[in-house]
Amino acid sequence: MKDFAQQALDTTVAQGASYADVRVMDIRQRYLSAKNGQPAQVRDSESLGVGVRVIADGAWGFASTDNLTRESVDRAAGQAVAIARASALCKKRDVQLAPEEKVVDRWIAPCRIDPFSVPVLSCLDLMLKVDAELRKVHGVTLAEVAMDFRRIEQLFVSSLGSEIYQLKTQTGTGYVATTFKDNEIHRRSFPSSFGGQYQTKGYELVEELDLLGHAPRIAEEAVALHQADQCPSGVRDIILGSSQLGLQIHESVGHPIELDRVLGTEANFAGLSFLTLEKLNTLKYGSDIVNVVADATPAHGPGLGTFAYDDEGVPAQATPIIRQGQFVGYLSSRETAAAIGLPRSSGTMRAEGWNRIPLIRMTNVSLLPGSDGTLDDLIASTDDGIYFETNRSWSIDDRRYNFQFGTEIGWEIKNGKVGRMLKNPTYAGITTEFWNSCDAICGPQEWVLWGTPNCGKGQPMQTMGTGHGASPARFRKVQVGVAYSG
Amino acid sequence: MLTRQRAEQIFSKVLKYSTADETEAIIGSTAYSLTRFANNTIHQNVAEAGLSVSVRAVVGQRTARASTNKLDEASIRQVCEAAMELARLQPPDPDLLPMPGAQTFRSVDRFYTETAELTPQARAETVRKVIERAEQDGLTAAGIFSSGVTASGLLNSRGLSAFHEETVSEFSVTMLGETSSGWAKSTSPNFQTLEPEVLADRAARKALESREPRDIEPGKFSVILEPAAVLDLLGFLFFDFGGLAIHEQRSCLTGRLGQKLFGDNINVRDDVYHPLQAGAPFDGEGLPRQRVTLVENGIVKNVVYARQTAQKMGTEPTGHGFPLPNEYGEAPMNIVMDGGRAGVEEMVRSTERGLLVTRLWYIREVDPYRKILTGMTRDGTFWIENGEARHGVKNLRFNQSVIEMLSNVEMMGPAQRTAGEESFEMVVPAMKVRDFSFSSLTKF
Repeated sequence: MKDFAQQALDTTVAQGASYADVRVMDIRQRYLSAKNGQPAQVRDSESLGVGVRVIADGAWGFASTDNLTRESVDRAAGQAVAIARASALCKKRDVQLAPEEKVVDRWIAPCRIDPFSVPVLSCLDLMLKVDAELRKVHGVTLAEVAMDFRRIEQLFVSSLGSEIYQLKTQTGTGYVATTFKDNEIHRRSFPSSFGGQYQTKGYELVEELDLLGHAPRIAEEAVALHQADQCPSGVRDIILGSSQLGLQIHESVGHPIELDRVLGTEANFAGLSFLTLEKLNTLKYGSDIVNVVADATPAHGPGLGTFAYDDEGVPAQATPIIRQGQFVGYLSSRETAAAIGLPRSSGTMRAEGWNRIPLIRMTNVSLLPGSDGTLDDLIASTDDGIYFETNRSWSIDDRRYNFQFGTEIGWEIKNGKVGRMLKNPTYAGITTEFWNSCDAICGPQEWVLWGTPNCGKGQPMQTMGTGHGASPARFRKVQVGVAYSG
Repeated sequence: MLTRQRAEQIFSKVLKYSTADETEAIIGSTAYSLTRFANNTIHQNVAEAGLSVSVRAVVGQRTARASTNKLDEASIRQVCEAAMELARLQPPDPDLLPMPGAQTFRSVDRFYTETAELTPQARAETVRKVIERAEQDGLTAAGIFSSGVTASGLLNSRGLSAFHEETVSEFSVTMLGETSSGWAKSTSPNFQTLEPEVLADRAARKALESREPRDIEPGKFSVILEPAAVLDLLGFLFFDFGGLAIHEQRSCLTGRLGQKLFGDNINVRDDVYHPLQAGAPFDGEGLPRQRVTLVENGIVKNVVYARQTAQKMGTEPTGHGFPLPNEYGEAPMNIVMDGGRAGVEEMVRSTERGLLVTRLWYIREVDPYRKILTGMTRDGTFWIENGEARHGVKNLRFNQSVIEMLSNVEMMGPAQRTAGEESFEMVVPAMKVRDFSFSSLTKF
């Protein structure tokens, strides 16, 4: 890895780049799935390549290749410089970067059980046992179980003299029970939807989750939803379960705080942000009990957004985003930090692979736990509300104001007690109004660091894992049931 | 770039190292460049090149896949051994079919040398002109101009050998004003048909004409959906047109095959050979893609079938399978919908009260059987009154069943090759739809 990286760096500098960084990445993945009693996919993949990013003539260029020969790496490095010079044909001003020091370091994310060392037969055996438990419940028409293991190895070098090696192991797993009856399709997922739970850790995640233990309840709920009442429409107090709240944070806090969106560089695809610069330190983003951080440091937990250094060689940081409801921080890069006069990047530049440039991405954007006890305590203190659990749909406008979410299941709360099950629950709102209506957040005993493995951004598109810690929380007077009221 | 000859050379190495009962390789290459601009400057400019081999091994009635982009002898040996080992570790699959043998493919020519050779300097020059157009009206331009070549070979030990290469290009532009924006996009195998300056002008006019957008009260309206908005809605429907999805009862067409689900004027087929379509003439197992009538006069006539699904359901495969192994089965990927003759201007003139929508955004499925979708309007939404687009409106959220929507289509324009953001390219028309349900407004 090092020879190719250094060679590419030397070539870019020789061709006149004023800055260059090179990432050599080797990514290995194993994906296993089972469906209705049979393995559905058993697949291994590996991808190794080098990406070269440069500033030349005051503009950016990037080229990548997986043909790791001296000639090909040299060609890619030269191509990056030529592309930068083409970019310069349309530049308004030279790229400026906030300062950084050179770093030479090595970091390996903690991993107790290497998932690639776990026999595939053991994984399939557990998955098929879960599958069998789900399908024991009459009415389940489709049972799906998956495991996803990734090993991400990267060497970063830069013209500052940095040389950083990082190795991360990530594990994801989950399952879904689907039921079809009377022209309705319902699903229940565990531990969360759209792939399950993901963290930067080894197979120990699978052991911690007790997949088998929850299967009967999940299957029974999937069937019971067909007899449940439709979620009513109107204005209600709501409680969001931890995983649903994680996605709420992702969409209505994590994305709008990306400084590149704020500065307009994502306008053609993902959009802009309502968090224009004058709102920093002036906007009341949420109620006084809302505190959000973007924390990539290992101390925050083994989230998908945990690392030692970002893909510009900037150390991982814990950046306050919302402090007692006040908006106080963005996710930034060396270029965007310089653009608004910040002394330093907050270290959030991340690239999906060797063939993509780093972009500002969420790290672990988490709502800090509150002091309102357990979920049972929160329900007991709610007179009239709806509890929403496990995401089913999500949508938000391109500046991150107007959102609508749906969950797989809900329950009515009356006089502090869980009542009837509700199907097709949806809720909607405007981001800042919603967060300012938060009046209770459960304590640390309910806090889970969830993983969203496939956040999409950029052109060409790239996906990234992000982490979101949350305890269940209550929000007052929220529009519910809108999606079905037309 | 990968050639047929190189694909065959790589496959011969795969066959040297694979001792599986049957072996298949999908060999793919990409050479792709993208020039990205925002704030009237080029801020990202990238190029990638890659070559990969994906080996599927069948051992007994068991199959698995392993992929790599390392093409030295040792790595090819390793990927073959990995595929075989993974295959051996599974219980037998009684539904697994022998691999298909040699096939005959209809040729499609989607390779344009000028597109393959487009340089970053040429793309930058085009972007410079688009930026000038923006600055002419005090607007800010953002977008992309990309081009590249993809090539794919699918070969197996039973003599199947399929190869396809094509060029790709894309131009997308957003023009932003102080209070409004407009958007336009085009994709094509031939970059010379993109017309970036025409798209830039269209997006700029939308931004200018929707300045100072007003609030309106949400509700049910007649809506004129430009083709990209139609495409991004329809994209949520077509994964349900697969045999396995119906067999597993996860499709909105479960129990509805043969029924009249849409209006009489809805006719949809899957046709990779259509001159405005793109892609390979073979599916993920190497079967030739067939033209399939999906919807005829509003009736759901057919769905598509991979080999295994077809066997399970007692019918014939249609050449729409995904590479094995996979959970999904198959889906139509080359949608062509019949249109009409009405231009968007005519649709506007025919509308007493309604909305003209350029595109839709962040569309997600709320209900999988009723196919209720939610999303937002974006980049040019106009209020129509008495046959005229009067002013811009702030963006609205919709919650609408796309099944019901296709029963309420009053007018259609000519079908055209269309690109959106939420789905693959299709050939679809603009549409005027009555009673489209908008549930809330946003702040811009």
